[in-house]
Amino acid sequence: MHNEKAKEPFVRLVKRPSLPFWKSWLIRIASVLLSLALCAVLIYMITEVNPLRAYTAMFEGVFGTERRIWNSLRDTMILLCVGLALSPAFKMRFWNLGGEGQILMGGLITAAVMRYCGDSFPTWLLLLTMVITSLVAGGIFALVPAYFKARWNTNETLFTLMLNYVATQIVACFSILWEAIPGSANIGIINSATKAGWIPTDFLPGIFGNFNYSINVIIVLALTAFMYIYMKYSKHGYEIAVVGESENTAKYAGINVKNVILRTATLSGALCGLTGFLLVAGSSHSISTSTGDGRGFTAIIVAWLAKFNPAIMVLISFILVFLDKGTAEMASQFTLLNESFADVLTAIVLFFILGSEFFINYGLVFRWSKHKEVK
Amino acid sequence: MSVFITFIQKAITQGIPLLYGATGEIITEKSGNLNLGIPGIMYLGGIGGLTGAFIYEMNTTSFSPVLAVIITFLCAIIFSVLGGLIYSFLTVTLRANQNVTGLALTTFGTGLGNYLGGSLSKIAGTVGQITVYSTGKAFKATVPFADDLGIFGQLFLSYGFLTYLSIAIAIFAAWFIFRTRIGLNLRSVGENPATADAAGINVSRYKYLATCIGAAIAGIGGLYFVMEYLGGTWQNNGFGDRGWLAVALVIFARWKPNHAIWGSILFGGLYILYVYLPFGDAIQEIFKMLPYVVTIFVLVFTSLKNKREQQPPASLGITYFREDR
Repeated sequence: MHNEKAKEPFVRLVKRPSLPFWKSWLIRIASVLLSLALCAVLIYMITEVNPLRAYTAMFEGVFGTERRIWNSLRDTMILLCVGLALSPAFKMRFWNLGGEGQILMGGLITAAVMRYCGDSFPTWLLLLTMVITSLVAGGIFALVPAYFKARWNTNETLFTLMLNYVATQIVACFSILWEAIPGSANIGIINSATKAGWIPTDFLPGIFGNFNYSINVIIVLALTAFMYIYMKYSKHGYEIAVVGESENTAKYAGINVKNVILRTATLSGALCGLTGFLLVAGSSHSISTSTGDGRGFTAIIVAWLAKFNPAIMVLISFILVFLDKGTAEMASQFTLLNESFADVLTAIVLFFILGSEFFINYGLVFRWSKHKEVK
Repeated sequence: MSVFITFIQKAITQGIPLLYGATGEIITEKSGNLNLGIPGIMYLGGIGGLTGAFIYEMNTTSFSPVLAVIITFLCAIIFSVLGGLIYSFLTVTLRANQNVTGLALTTFGTGLGNYLGGSLSKIAGTVGQITVYSTGKAFKATVPFADDLGIFGQLFLSYGFLTYLSIAIAIFAAWFIFRTRIGLNLRSVGENPATADAAGINVSRYKYLATCIGAAIAGIGGLYFVMEYLGGTWQNNGFGDRGWLAVALVIFARWKPNHAIWGSILFGGLYILYVYLPFGDAIQEIFKMLPYVVTIFVLVFTSLKNKREQQPPASLGITYFREDR
């Protein structure tokens, strides 16, 4: 202490031990509200319509009709499903940026089974084959980079990212091979006459109405429960957490790190593949390079921000779907907006949520404030 | 022979935006920031330049090509640096996760580009597609005697000035990163920020500057695409996956801008090779994945060989917080 008068910085950061539950949620909700307010200002500056009218239009787009409610619910569930798929990998600090490609591969193989086995297989066998093959296809696309990561420490962030385009081109190739009208590169609706391999949309019509996506919703909610238990109470989940925190600790504790990496990454890819199945069999009944619609990337943000908390994941997925569908409706009502504006709004909300994490994890210590040293 | 020359010309035209993107991303990554927002930033640069040129062409009576180029350039850089600032503010100051922030930035840039590209003329009260052909022509201007020099002229002198600028920037960046004191500091920040910090280097400042300068360079790549490739107009999602190809090129060049120069032309060639292959539409699609497959091989082989000077910066993608242990 020979330099008592050393200048203390104006402000410095300290890591917070942990914020009470309600406080961290307060910060998150405040950040979302703040970003929505900024979005409103932006919309007003461009269209000069009353922001309340703009948000009314958004609500109409998301909840306007029964069909729209089901569509919003379906898309929220799909995004949630990809988020669930990616979380175990992220918790292990394995950056699976290849969700988009794994979704496409799962969707492609689902479409293939629908095309080639749709007439000959009984319904239960057909659906079972579609589920299993989509799991395998997605899993393989994650297993390959995981193998190189485990064996030679190849950078998985970049590897999985590159595989997205490999998958995209494979799908592009098949959309031409299977095209409905020559030269269209569009395979059209598969089995539109027999509806073989389609997930029924009239399940329990008495409760859910004549047209519903209830089976999609039930599958994803069941998956959510399964993943919650798997991550929190199973031995596998514990191993994932340890490897994610420190590989050396995991080795010391006798965990086979390589196996955990391979297993978890494959699980992550397989569930992305399952999402592809849900997209193809459950809603689009077709496959194209845009079937994934960037969800593999959006879900990365969902999974990361939620830190594997299913409740937060549902919430963030819903906000994103709300912005997407709402903006589409605004774009059809106000001429100065177009559909791409949804991406701008989405990104603004994400920036705010991302930034808000800082205020949850760190505290600011100002020069004049009396503080206790941490620990 | 003439087919071959056209192929090379097209490969170079496809490669130049990648070279800009890769050079910018290399500078950024050397500071330890893995900016996956580069594809979005390239959209921002493109739409920024287009917006500037559009406003200038609407409000001027005597069109001056030089002024148009300067305005366009400045607007492109302002837009893309703004993207870089968002990224560095979130990841450096607020310590947000780099991958997630980058992806959000890509969503933002792509969305803003497509939004303004589709709606700018409506906002300005005109009709139809936004076009700035006069400015586009200024960007495409070649040296006047290029046509008289035969094959040499066609191969080397048939491009607008942005092509030569990209190579100059890449060479300068290579010299700067590997041969100057500031470059050494920059690399140390990317390898081990804690050590750099202890040596008195302002880690945050280096990260901010590297990201923003990198973003500016990458943004010019988007500008090149809009002005020279499309000739001064906007195509929805026209830039396609080239931004990710630029990220791939960084790996292929093993974080050295001078390697990115020939790498970009190779990637450009691989990107359009399918046109020249007689396999039919479906198989052509498979060939379009070549640049990515090549990148994967490079990625795998560099990790197999495990040579230290060919690895990614050691702290790439990791947020630096001084009090972390």
